[in-house]
Amino acid sequence: MDTTITLHVDGEERVLTVDTRTTLLDALRDRLGSTSPKKGCDHGQCGACTVLLDERRVLSCLSLAVAHDGARVTTAAGLAARDELHPVARAVLDHDGLQCGYCTPGQVCSAVGMLAEAGAGWPSHATEDLTAAVELDDAEIRERMSGNLCRCGAYANIVAAIREVSG
Amino acid sequence: MTAPRTPAVGAPTARLEGPAKVTGTAPYAYEHPATDPLYLHPVLSTVARGRATVVHTAEAELLKGVHAVLTSANAPRLADTEDAEFAVLQSDEVAFRGQFVAAVVAETPETAREAAALVRVEYEERPHEVELDPGHQDLHTPRESDTGSPPDTRQGDVEAELARAVVLVDEVYRTPRQDNNPMEPHTTVALWETLPDRLTLYDSTQGVHTVRETMAAVFGLDPENVRVTAPHVGGGFGAKGAAKAHNVLAGLAARAVPGRTVKFALTRRHMFSLVGYRSPTVQRIRLGADAAGRLGAVVHDSTGLTSRVKEYVEQSGLCSRMMYAAPARATTHRLAALDVPIPFWMRAPGEAPGMFALETAMDELAEACGVDPVELRVRNEPGADPETGRPWSGRRLVECLREGAERFGWYERDPSPGPHRDGQWLVGTGVASAVHPRANNPGSVAEVEYGSDGRYTVSIGAVDIGTGARTALTQISAEALDCPVGRVRLRIGDSDLPGATVAGGSSGTSSWGTAVFEAVRAFRDEHGADPGPGARTRAEASHNPDLERYAMYSFGAHFAEVRVHADTGEVRVPRMLGVFSVGRVINPRTARSQLVGGMVMGLSAALHEHSVVDPRHGHVVNGDLAGYHVATNADVGGVEAHWLDETDPHLNPMGAAGVGEIGIVGMPAAIGNAARHATGLRVRELPLTPDRFLH
Repeated sequence: MDTTITLHVDGEERVLTVDTRTTLLDALRDRLGSTSPKKGCDHGQCGACTVLLDERRVLSCLSLAVAHDGARVTTAAGLAARDELHPVARAVLDHDGLQCGYCTPGQVCSAVGMLAEAGAGWPSHATEDLTAAVELDDAEIRERMSGNLCRCGAYANIVAAIREVSG
Repeated sequence: MTAPRTPAVGAPTARLEGPAKVTGTAPYAYEHPATDPLYLHPVLSTVARGRATVVHTAEAELLKGVHAVLTSANAPRLADTEDAEFAVLQSDEVAFRGQFVAAVVAETPETAREAAALVRVEYEERPHEVELDPGHQDLHTPRESDTGSPPDTRQGDVEAELARAVVLVDEVYRTPRQDNNPMEPHTTVALWETLPDRLTLYDSTQGVHTVRETMAAVFGLDPENVRVTAPHVGGGFGAKGAAKAHNVLAGLAARAVPGRTVKFALTRRHMFSLVGYRSPTVQRIRLGADAAGRLGAVVHDSTGLTSRVKEYVEQSGLCSRMMYAAPARATTHRLAALDVPIPFWMRAPGEAPGMFALETAMDELAEACGVDPVELRVRNEPGADPETGRPWSGRRLVECLREGAERFGWYERDPSPGPHRDGQWLVGTGVASAVHPRANNPGSVAEVEYGSDGRYTVSIGAVDIGTGARTALTQISAEALDCPVGRVRLRIGDSDLPGATVAGGSSGTSSWGTAVFEAVRAFRDEHGADPGPGARTRAEASHNPDLERYAMYSFGAHFAEVRVHADTGEVRVPRMLGVFSVGRVINPRTARSQLVGGMVMGLSAALHEHSVVDPRHGHVVNGDLAGYHVATNADVGGVEAHWLDETDPHLNPMGAAGVGEIGIVGMPAAIGNAARHATGLRVRELPLTPDRFLH
């Protein structure tokens, strides 16, 4: 069954018709040509498809497009403003927190969402004091970024990049 | 008078495609724009051996939006199926679980997937065998190992040396099946055009020319009429080092719908039967030594599996032929041919599992002799290659070990075997050597052209799979041309460019860089230092006689600190440090990332990776990224990679070796040895899961 929905992708209003089975990831990649979010597993196991959905990080492969009619979707491409890289993307580049680059847009979106979560005081498995403000030390960053796999093993540089931005 | 320029080679230049990658705008295979593409979804065999006697396609064909359903009954015959891996849909025989038995081409991915699910296959099942069990299986000697070296070698009087040994280590080490799992699943976007027949592939591959050659042969096309491009590739680690069955299936599908682009991305689950994997190994190591740990004999017997479809041997014993001095040595490789998917290259094929066995055995020998593990390796340092007698082009293992020991604080350890307790954690340190052949493969061609804009265009059909090759080759080109990197425009990733060898075996930078140097030399000979616009020269890398004169290897030393939880057996690795001897480093930024990345994959192999095959049905039970664990961010603590300041004068004009693989080699042994030091338990089988430490 087909349904027509509206998505605001990287600041642009897009009206599209999708199969009700279409994931948000496939809607972006196959229907809208927005290929910044990547498909690494299609099962919510790798994080390569991470986008910001109304400013929160989500796995777009586990989201059905029809369930997000009217939503604002920001991809790593949309984080860049007027050819200026987002500070997180800039830091990932400066620290060489990437190799093949396939997980990278997801890492960048995930880091942006994670920094907002930490700023809002959300605890993680690594948080010692659940009532205090979150202090993003390396253990916190590693824990909070562990939903984003990187087979090239760029984790240490990704952590360094996020540390720089959060510090 | 111009200011002296910073040398291009050796500068930590940021990845040229970095901005495109951090924004996600660098196009990978699937993302190649296409008008009204069709989507392919395959049907995979659900039995491990037998025949697909009837494939019911009617329901699938009736589904709206389905353009074609391919089976062995209607698929066109291929021109060349001598390599059985490429005989896709050419018969009803099923040789392994997860083989292609049908495929659907449809308007949307959802429709293709639904239709594939509607295809019903009847099988005539035959008994199968999928698990390696060397004690109870017919083993054969492989024809030739992956590198063309003989499967078995023997030097000196092995039995006499073993009999004479004061200290003997005789143990069996096991490594599991591992799957490469690059983040980008294998993907081919195929377009078949007619009059004349012409096939274009946008492919996720480590070698555009190798895929082109295979596809031209399989489909009976003139290579000129096959084009393969791969501008960006999301990792491969060997699994994209050759054409695979999915390339052929995409080609067949495209031929069924000429003029329409067909997109075919494997799912993560598909990858566990279709793109290769590292064979499990069972390795017996015998080390005979005198009381001081000087080796008299090294014996390495390695057994792995292969597929009945096509032979591939994991050459785990090669490292024991050259690693340490000993008057006698023997190595053997045996294979069990089973009803399994075809194993293939996975990062440091041979060396990675082989050095887990050898370097764990060396740690056992050190302990048995009461010699420090670093010192033991120094004592067994060979002056020349023990196998060939050739001089080393540069063997600096001892310096790697010494510098690593100093940087790591190795000698602060309590040398006694564990357990060493720190609260609820058992803490230990371990060391292991690393090795990887230095390669410079013949056959690459490069072209240099001077443009009217004052820039040089350097073209070569190389591929950057995340190694940083695009950046490194640009730096190499600038050095060869004696110009700033900004005046070099590098073109790679397209089979229409001059032919290049595959991005594998840590050979890319070395082989392609050699061709670039030769092309620049030829260009200068022809056009001089001040060429006119349009000046152009193409040259092939010439034969390097030093490749036969010297034993060329990179070396390294890994150090690891391991903590094992006394109650849960949880294994943590807070610290890893490696020192490497890899010749000259072209780009310290990208080289460090590759070395560290290899170490992280070694950590991943040490702690997690294991594809569990169900003996009843032949499939990988944990065939996705939830079940097949790879190292995550939280697994990685401190990780440092250092290298010696050096150049290899014999390998290539740059003096630089590839660094893609050596980081993984030996890392699991260093971690296992550290776990032994921490707990007192010796684990001779990967991965080091918590259960192994709960006794």
